[in-house]
Amino acid sequence: MSHRTAVLVFPGSNCDSDLFKAAQQTPELAPAYVWYTTASLAGFELILVPGGFSHGDYLRAGALAARSPVVQALRQAAAQGVPILGICNGFQVLTESGLLPGALQRNASLQFVCEIPAVEVATSNTPFTQACAMGEQLRLPVAHGEGNYFCDTTTLAELERNGQIAFRYAEGQNPNGSLANIAGITNAERNVLGLMPHPERAMAEWMGSADGQKLFTSAVSFLQS
Amino acid sequence: MMQGTITISLKAEVLDPQGKAVQTTLQALGFPSVQGVRVGKSIVVELDCNDQVQAKEQLRSMCDQLLVNSVIEDYRIEVSLT
Repeated sequence: MSHRTAVLVFPGSNCDSDLFKAAQQTPELAPAYVWYTTASLAGFELILVPGGFSHGDYLRAGALAARSPVVQALRQAAAQGVPILGICNGFQVLTESGLLPGALQRNASLQFVCEIPAVEVATSNTPFTQACAMGEQLRLPVAHGEGNYFCDTTTLAELERNGQIAFRYAEGQNPNGSLANIAGITNAERNVLGLMPHPERAMAEWMGSADGQKLFTSAVSFLQS
Repeated sequence: MMQGTITISLKAEVLDPQGKAVQTTLQALGFPSVQGVRVGKSIVVELDCNDQVQAKEQLRSMCDQLLVNSVIEDYRIEVSLT
């Protein structure tokens, strides 16, 4: 069986195996690891950018990874409409590469946060949320020091107007001080989604939540439609 | 040879929780006059180049392509002969 899903790996990624295993739970996704020096992502129908500390978070989280060859290829795939999901450090790579607007700053509390907040689905019109209902609450773990989403007021108004905000922390459960409780956003074309919470760490009840499965089942039904 | 020093600071409208924490600690240490602290960083680049204008241009391009995130940061470049 040929591989349909790419799981990118940078030096310092540490959620790549979790993400690979989560994708494997859905046999249709048939994941393969792709090292950061790879210059082409041709043939992949779905691309996952994992969490971790790529290049040790040096300079800024995700900054160095965003300039690697595989991210050049990621840009091409994004322009072709391939669905791309960036999680945690993967989200930081997507903002640093300009594939998503805004930036992820140091948490307002200055503390690393590690908890399972309720995260509200703000749009089901993305390849990764179409199996969810609008306003549905998912329990998805967060574990990050720099997840405080920031953008200027013009960009925020655009995100709101275009329905590009994909996930918001439920009222009172924002772990990092992000603007408008933003937990995840998409690009204007809706095929690129970045979020701080980890769906791949919420794939079975014994993990504390199985709600992360919905993002993967959404992706499968998107690929099959 | 030239040495470029790039001073990077958070934009004025961006909250700086690190600066805030340093400010609180400075005040606790007995500096009640401290009214604000912003924490930034500086990057020193050694360049094989003898032209100040060219050096500045290269450094500006490095800032735009990698060193600075213009969504949240501002920068200032200084060059000197070494």
